Amino acid sequence: MSSLPTTYDGVAAGLSLLVLLTEFAMLRAPLLRSQVRLYAFQSLVVTGLALYVAASKHVDELYVLAALSLLLKVVVVPSLILRLLRDADTDLAGSSVVGTASAILIALVVAAFGFFAVGSLHVNSSSLPTSSLAIACAIVLVAFVLIILRSDVVSQAIGFFSLENGVSVASLVVASGLPLIVDIAFLFDLLVAVVVFGVIMRVHHARNATLSTSDFDRLKG
Amino acid sequence: MSVLVVALVFLPVATALATWFAPARLSQNLSIVVGVASFAMALALLPRASHSTVTAGGLLRIDALSMVFLLAVTFLYATTAVFAKGYLAPGATANERLYGRRFYAGLNLFCWSLIMVPLVNGLALMWVAVEITTVISALLVAIDDTDGASEAAWKYVLLASLGLGIALFATIMMYYAGTAVFGASYSLSFSTLLSGAVHFHPDIVRFSFVLAVLGYGTKMGLFPVHTWLPDAHSEAPTPVSALLSGALLAVSFYAILRFFQIAVRTLGPTFPRDVLLVFGVATLLLAALYLLSQRDMKRLLAYSSVEHMGILAIGMSFGASIAVVGVLLQVLAHAAAKGTAFYGVGSVVRKFGTKDMSKIRGGVSALPWSGPMLVLAVLALSAMPPFGIFRSEFYIVEGGLSELHDVIVAIFVMLVIISFFGLSWFTTETMLSEAPVTVSPQVSGAVVVTRGEVSYWIVAAMAIGLVALVILGVHPPSSLMHLLDRAAAELGSVR
Repeated sequence: MSSLPTTYDGVAAGLSLLVLLTEFAMLRAPLLRSQVRLYAFQSLVVTGLALYVAASKHVDELYVLAALSLLLKVVVVPSLILRLLRDADTDLAGSSVVGTASAILIALVVAAFGFFAVGSLHVNSSSLPTSSLAIACAIVLVAFVLIILRSDVVSQAIGFFSLENGVSVASLVVASGLPLIVDIAFLFDLLVAVVVFGVIMRVHHARNATLSTSDFDRLKG
Repeated sequence: MSVLVVALVFLPVATALATWFAPARLSQNLSIVVGVASFAMALALLPRASHSTVTAGGLLRIDALSMVFLLAVTFLYATTAVFAKGYLAPGATANERLYGRRFYAGLNLFCWSLIMVPLVNGLALMWVAVEITTVISALLVAIDDTDGASEAAWKYVLLASLGLGIALFATIMMYYAGTAVFGASYSLSFSTLLSGAVHFHPDIVRFSFVLAVLGYGTKMGLFPVHTWLPDAHSEAPTPVSALLSGALLAVSFYAILRFFQIAVRTLGPTFPRDVLLVFGVATLLLAALYLLSQRDMKRLLAYSSVEHMGILAIGMSFGASIAVVGVLLQVLAHAAAKGTAFYGVGSVVRKFGTKDMSKIRGGVSALPWSGPMLVLAVLALSAMPPFGIFRSEFYIVEGGLSELHDVIVAIFVMLVIISFFGLSWFTTETMLSEAPVTVSPQVSGAVVVTRGEVSYWIVAAMAIGLVALVILGVHPPSSLMHLLDRAAAELGSVR
């Protein structure tokens, strides 16, 4: 614990924190469209983090990853969902079970829990910014809050994609040496998942003329 | 040998492509041929896998543990293809033909992804393979395009994807744990990880293991993240339900076992076993109680799958070698029994036109072959001798007693008996009851049907499953037992 935080630590933690703040912004965004744009912005920050790690650690493979993630997560995925929204003609996100203020409070508690739980792992590594890992864990948990509280398919899907962003942050800070083939496989999988999410969302919308999940109560027990 | 491994990868994909373009009847027969060929190839690889590790090109690898799951998956591939021929008649209209093409391409692709999970080498590729099983099977759950199917598909794809997000986190943490030994950049292959696992940071491995059990446990159907499972199983077309239950849950368990294997080396056996014990007992308890209150035939079988997944987790937590052998045998026997039971339910649903158990009476007299065989399959699921699950659960109990887990064994046996009540109530109520002879169905509420089989392909698929169950129960081949012993040793339990 004796080593002082380096510039690298500071910038990495700062960017991770920006991703977490975007997650909170999603939680309060009432419009589905603004939610998608926030996701695009969040992905842009993650791409920036990838570029920064690539430059400061001299991992050339991460440049390729950054380019792919820019193309996929900032351009392709948001535009696919925006197209779905245009066809669906719905603007407002499904009202959450609790109000915005309570949602933010819940998310704060959950995020703090994630942050300190990872902190208590006592990972004292001089080469890795452990605070970023703790923030990544908080991002994942807040994404869960978003999915649980929102009751429409688009917000829930965006919640999943932003959870993936949180995992990306973790993988960039603690596993930057992950083989490129694996990273590309992860991204390709995300693309396939987006397509499948899109298909099922369209099927749902075509059948029920709504994006809300409130009529998902036929199957129980 | 590695030619066979590569063939196992490419044949199902090629079949999926071919069935998209081929006429319906050809697709049906082609799927059967490739399914049977895959099982034959798995059998041909069995002797090698029980002595050494078969690799192909660094990306593919088969050891005894993956062989067990490969056998389960390919067996279900073959029998489900046979069943599907009887279940799905070639369509007459353009819409039905489109459905058939989608169904067969999806079915073969789904089987391919299920085969890939135990074949690929390394935690990262395994995660990718499991994710592919999710996206393909989600589309297959939605394929019937009913309100129920779209609801079930959404719940499934969302929950399973979230679970896999957690599993990805677990994979990355495991990679991080390895950087202390292998440096910043290394491959996540199993042999590499296992060779250095002793020196991993224990706290990180502990964190990673719990995340993996929770993440992959979502797909395996462990409590409390099992909620998608009964919906998806009941709304999917029946061949898909059989594959979901017998193969998809099994390969998710396989993914957990891979993390277990590493965690045992780093942490010693106590912590990983305790984690599985907690999840296992909670899962078995939930399933046993829900089994008593089901009205829908396919949901009933889905909860029976949850029950068996709980049994697998508890069996692993006992740790004794005989219990681990029992767990692996149970994976095979459960695949055969649940496949057969779903084929039988498929026959009943086709015959009576409903899954509602209050409307189905006299199944055995209506379906002279598949009816009694369904009863036998349900008895096999309840661990009756002479079927395979009796032997595997016997091993698990024996292992538990030998390690002095008396209380847990008692709870285990009690919950299994409660599950038996649930399942046998269903059987006597719907299958062994008197058929409604009255012409007015409104009086009894039950559907009146004529006697006769829906299709003899269904009967054939069920017969194969029952024969396999009897073989596993009465006298499992020595080569198979040898394989299971070796797989148990790979998991860290030495006799």
